[in-house]
Amino acid sequence: MTDLPAAKVDLKTVISSPARVDNSEGMSYLQSVPRRLVTLYLPLTIIVVVLLFPFYWMALTSVKPDDQLLDLDKYNPFWTWNPTFKHFHKLLFESYYPHWLWNTMYVAICATILSIIASVLAAYAIVRLRYKGANLVGGLIFLAYLVPPSILFIPLATVVFQYGLFDSPLALILTYPTILIPFSTWLLMGYFKTIPFELEECALIDGASRWQILIKIVLPLAIPGLISAFIFCFTLCWNEFIYALTFLQSTSNKTVPVAIVNEFVDGDIYRWGSLMAGALAGSLPLVILYAFFVEHYVSAMTGAVKE
Amino acid sequence: MADVAIPRAKPQISEDSAWTQLKHNRNWLGFWFMVPAMAFLIFFLAYPLGLGIWLSFTDTRIGRVGHFVATENYEWLWDDSIFWLSVFNTLLYTFVASALKFAIGLYLALLLNENMPFKAMLRAMVLIPFIVPTVLSALAFWWIFDSQFSIISWSLRHLGLIDQNINFLGDTTWARICVIFANIWRGVPFVAITLLAGLQTVSPSLYEAATLDGATRWQNFRFITYPLLTPIIAVVMTFSVLFTFTDFQLIWAMTRGGPVNATHLMATLSYQRAIIAGQLGEGAAISSAMIPFLLAAIMVSWFGLQRRKWQQGENND
Repeated sequence: MTDLPAAKVDLKTVISSPARVDNSEGMSYLQSVPRRLVTLYLPLTIIVVVLLFPFYWMALTSVKPDDQLLDLDKYNPFWTWNPTFKHFHKLLFESYYPHWLWNTMYVAICATILSIIASVLAAYAIVRLRYKGANLVGGLIFLAYLVPPSILFIPLATVVFQYGLFDSPLALILTYPTILIPFSTWLLMGYFKTIPFELEECALIDGASRWQILIKIVLPLAIPGLISAFIFCFTLCWNEFIYALTFLQSTSNKTVPVAIVNEFVDGDIYRWGSLMAGALAGSLPLVILYAFFVEHYVSAMTGAVKE
Repeated sequence: MADVAIPRAKPQISEDSAWTQLKHNRNWLGFWFMVPAMAFLIFFLAYPLGLGIWLSFTDTRIGRVGHFVATENYEWLWDDSIFWLSVFNTLLYTFVASALKFAIGLYLALLLNENMPFKAMLRAMVLIPFIVPTVLSALAFWWIFDSQFSIISWSLRHLGLIDQNINFLGDTTWARICVIFANIWRGVPFVAITLLAGLQTVSPSLYEAATLDGATRWQNFRFITYPLLTPIIAVVMTFSVLFTFTDFQLIWAMTRGGPVNATHLMATLSYQRAIIAGQLGEGAAISSAMIPFLLAAIMVSWFGLQRRKWQQGENND
């Protein structure tokens, strides 16, 4: 009798522990170290270096003094010993750059908030209210995801003009949600589906309205999904180019990507330093945001594709 | 269950006031919840989509209301060699870039799926090109591919491989190679990370069993990894093809369609004709001409999704 429990525990550890060890190592022990060097680390290093080199180059260019930028023979072009912040200074104090950053931020945050609100309501209705035709609407929203901005910008330009929104940030705040809503609705539908039905049924029995259920039960449970959707939408807004290029005209109203392409590209041969400084400063906010929310990014990307 | 319960509840509901019905009826409630999203999508997506097709049959210009001209814009484009060049460029760009993005992305996903130190950090670093705004990284490429100060030309010259700087963005063939390279560079992380997510759902025990049965690494990939990944590959590649086909910003920041229109895609050409030259009707005709291609891509995606359902033998819920 006394042996039996002990034997059981023993059996369990025997079964489970090798499996755990196996999971962490996989079958990689089958490969020798030199082989792994050639088949794994070498190609991986090459790919990662190629993927990151443009950023290194961007950062290096933005701190190089002008004479070193253009004289590749006297100085080693891959490094600099006397970095300068002249280009950043020029960017911040002699151009509209702070304006552009503010515009981009303002448009991105407003458009994202609008889209998230609309998407939460739509996704909840499609997944949980299951009104007549909910599946059809879900399919249509997926199709809307596949309509690219490059075939919409011409008619949208005329629409924006008719509504008197031309050259105003409002034009972007109202048009960006068409890119964001399909994506975030689809993403949130996936999250809402994972929330147990029973929770809502209990709340319904206790007399909660649909609205209360959404605010007090579903949304708190879907916070990871909301963060993913928010960050991804914010990135998409920041990245958007063609609408901003078409709908905005005056220099001070532009967003960072458009402004850098249009305002910084002049005949000046020394423009490269400030151009790269502008590109770097425009990417940094997103990279910092990304560094904090890597997991949410990945789940947003893969979630929207998988569903 | 819920569907069965509804008819029984109906008589009771119909006695309620119209207001209560609007508040509690499932369909009405669904309607209210859908209003914001639908308003955006109808006013700024569906309506412009229709308007764009209508504009392509008119001679609208900026600042002038157009008249219906039937298919004149399309006939005009039919004889326009620049338009056909842009179609060729778009197809070449899409085909080459998507194929290479898929190959490199899948390879990178397989590499990242291996066990190694700093795995999480590596994965995070790989995704950075996807996070940074395309235009800004395109500017970095513009500088890297500069005709005089290109670091690539410099390195090759110092390695003794070439005598003169390569005119990367000034030569038609090189310009095409450069924009395709930049597109691949930007697209690979997306393909790799989504495929990696798919790879992680494949149970390791399948590989173990196959290896015990004497399968080689290639056979492991061909008969386990690839079939299990097919559905996600279909979806990822549809997106990839769709967004490559309609690409605008990369080209606009790097070459603006030059040299001699060698890198003009349909999207950039339509921007040039519609917004810069002011011929809204003609531009709309070019962008409407993209729709058939997009429909083809969507069909592929749809069949990919169907196949997924069929493979898993279950609906998506």
